[in-house]
Amino acid sequence: MLEVDLTARIGDFPLKAAFQTEAGITALFGPSGAGKTSLVNMLAGLQRPSHGRIVVQGHVLFDSEQGIDLAPEDRRLGYVFQESRLFPHMTVAGNLSYGRRLVPKDRRLVDFDAVVELLALASLLDRRPRNLSGGERQRIAIGRALLAAPRLLLMDEPLANLDAPRRSEILPFIEGLRRQLGISIVYVSHNMDEIVRLADQLIVMADGGIVAQGPVDEITARLDLRALTGRWDAGAVLTTTVVAHDNRDALTRLSFQGGDLWLPQLDLAVGAMLRIRVRARDVSLALTPPRQISVLNVFAGQVIQVGEDDGPQVDVLVDIGSPLWARITKRSQRELDIVPGRKVHALIKAMAVDRRDHGGESSS
Amino acid sequence: MLSPLEIEALSLSLKVSVWAVGCSLIPGIAIAWLLARRDFPGKALLDGLVHLPLVLPPVALGYLLLVLFGRNGPLGAWLHDWFDISLVFSWRGAALAAAVMAFPLLVRPIRLSMEAVDRRLETAARTLGARPLRVFLTITLPLTAPGILTGLLLAFVRCLGEFGATITFAANVPGETRTLPLALYTALQVPGGEADATRLALFSVALAVAALVASQYLARQLSKRIGL
Repeated sequence: MLEVDLTARIGDFPLKAAFQTEAGITALFGPSGAGKTSLVNMLAGLQRPSHGRIVVQGHVLFDSEQGIDLAPEDRRLGYVFQESRLFPHMTVAGNLSYGRRLVPKDRRLVDFDAVVELLALASLLDRRPRNLSGGERQRIAIGRALLAAPRLLLMDEPLANLDAPRRSEILPFIEGLRRQLGISIVYVSHNMDEIVRLADQLIVMADGGIVAQGPVDEITARLDLRALTGRWDAGAVLTTTVVAHDNRDALTRLSFQGGDLWLPQLDLAVGAMLRIRVRARDVSLALTPPRQISVLNVFAGQVIQVGEDDGPQVDVLVDIGSPLWARITKRSQRELDIVPGRKVHALIKAMAVDRRDHGGESSS
Repeated sequence: MLSPLEIEALSLSLKVSVWAVGCSLIPGIAIAWLLARRDFPGKALLDGLVHLPLVLPPVALGYLLLVLFGRNGPLGAWLHDWFDISLVFSWRGAALAAAVMAFPLLVRPIRLSMEAVDRRLETAARTLGARPLRVFLTITLPLTAPGILTGLLLAFVRCLGEFGATITFAANVPGETRTLPLALYTALQVPGGEADATRLALFSVALAVAALVASQYLARQLSKRIGL
C-alpha cells in the first residue's frame, strides 16, 4: 500500500522513518513534536525529505536516487487538515467539486451524490463555510478530499479542534469511509481512544523516529511503550466476533481468543467482527475463581509482566489467551503476591465496556 | 446645464482615467504578486521604483516621461517608428502620465490583500490536484478581490485629479489632454473665469465622491460574496 523510507531535517532535529503499511487505516501516534505532521507533509509533497523513497500502490512519488519528486497535485493523495482549510469564497458544493473537476471521469473514486449521502451534507450544499460548525467543516473537508479520487487519504489530527460530542459525531463517518469505499487512510492522532476505535495498524513515533509499528492490539499491549501510549487511558484491545444475542437480558456474546465475553447488547449481526478496548482500571484480579459475584466475565490466565509505577497503583499484564491489562493497587499486588507466572482470574464487568470503546468492524 | 467645454473636459477625464487604470490593472497585479510572494535580487529596487511617483514632484515625473517618450526620446521614437503612436500632445500621453502617477496606489492595496491570503488554502488546493496557475486564478485572485477593488478606486480617483505630470508631458490641448484639473487651471488663467472654475471644482468633487460611494458599496458586496 504505502512504502516509506526517508530521512529529513526539520529545523534542527532529524527525522528518520521507514515503514510499510497494509490496506486499511494506519494510525501515526506520538507526542507533539514527534514529527508526525512533518512526515505526512512529506508524503503529500508539501515538505521535502533529504533522502529516501515514497511509494504508494506501486507509484513512486519520491525517490532521491532517481531524482523523482512529484508535485503535490500529481501525487493523488487526499489530505484532510486539522483546520479543514475550506475555501471561504465558495459554497460547500463548490468546495466539494473543486478537486473533482480535475479528475478525469474514468478515474473517479466515488460520485458526488454518494459523498453527500455518506457524509450527510445534503442540507449544507448552498451554505458558506464561515457559518458552519467545526464538525460540519471537517465532514466537508473529508468529502472534498475523497472527490479528488485519492489513492490514499491522509488525515492530520482531523478531530483535534473539535469537542468531545463533535468528535463522536464524526468518528462513524471516518469508519464508514473504509468500510464503504475501501479507501486506505493514514491517520495522525495523539488520542488513543480514536486510534483504537479506527485503526488497524499503529505506528508509534517519538523524537523524529519510529519507535514501534504493528497491529493495534499488539502495540497497545506492550509495556515498554507505556510511557508513549499513555498510562491514564491504558487498556488492551480485544479482537472479537459476535456469536449470539440474548434478547431477554439485552446482552451480546462475543468470542475472542481467550473465550467468551458478555457485553450490553450491540446492534451488530452475528458473525460481525469488532474490536473492543478494555481499560486497565475496569479489570480486577482474583486468585481463586470467584463465586456468587455479579461480574459476568471471568477469565483464567497467567501474569506475564508487572509494571513499575510511582503511584499507588500498578499495571499488570495478564495472558488470558489474549493480552489484557489490569490496574490494581500496590497493596493488592503485595497481599495477593502478584508476580510474573502467577495464575490469576481476571474479572471484567460487562457494563464497564461502554459504546465508546467499541471499534469499527474489523476488516481482518 | 453643462457647457460643451465642460462636457468635453468631463468625458476626457473619464476616458483618460478609465484607460489609465484599465491598462495598469494586469501589470499592477503581477507586480503586487512579485512583491508579495517572491524573493528575488532587486526586490527592494522594484519596490522603491513602484513607490517613486508618490514622493517625486509630479512635474519632475512629467519631465522624465517627456525625455523618455518624447518624439526624440528612446521609447517615444521607437513607438512612433513602429506603431505610429505619438504620446505627446495626445490623450494617450495624458493616460500614461496618470497611470504612472496612480500606479503605487493601485499596487499597494493589492499587495497587502495578497499577503493576507491564507497560504494554507493554496496548499490545500494543490493537494486537490490544482496546478499553481489554477490555484492563483481560483483561490489567490478571488480572495484578493477586495484589495484589487480598493486599488482600482484609489488609482481611478488619483487619475481624475492628475495635473502636474499631465501638463508637463502631454501639455494642455483642448479636447485632447485638457482634463478637468487642466480645464480648471485654464479657467483660472482667464480674467472673470472664477464662476467656471467653481463649477469645474464642484464636478471634480462630485465625481470623486460618487466613485468613493460606489466602491464602498461594491466592496461590501464583494466581501459578502467571498465569505470574509
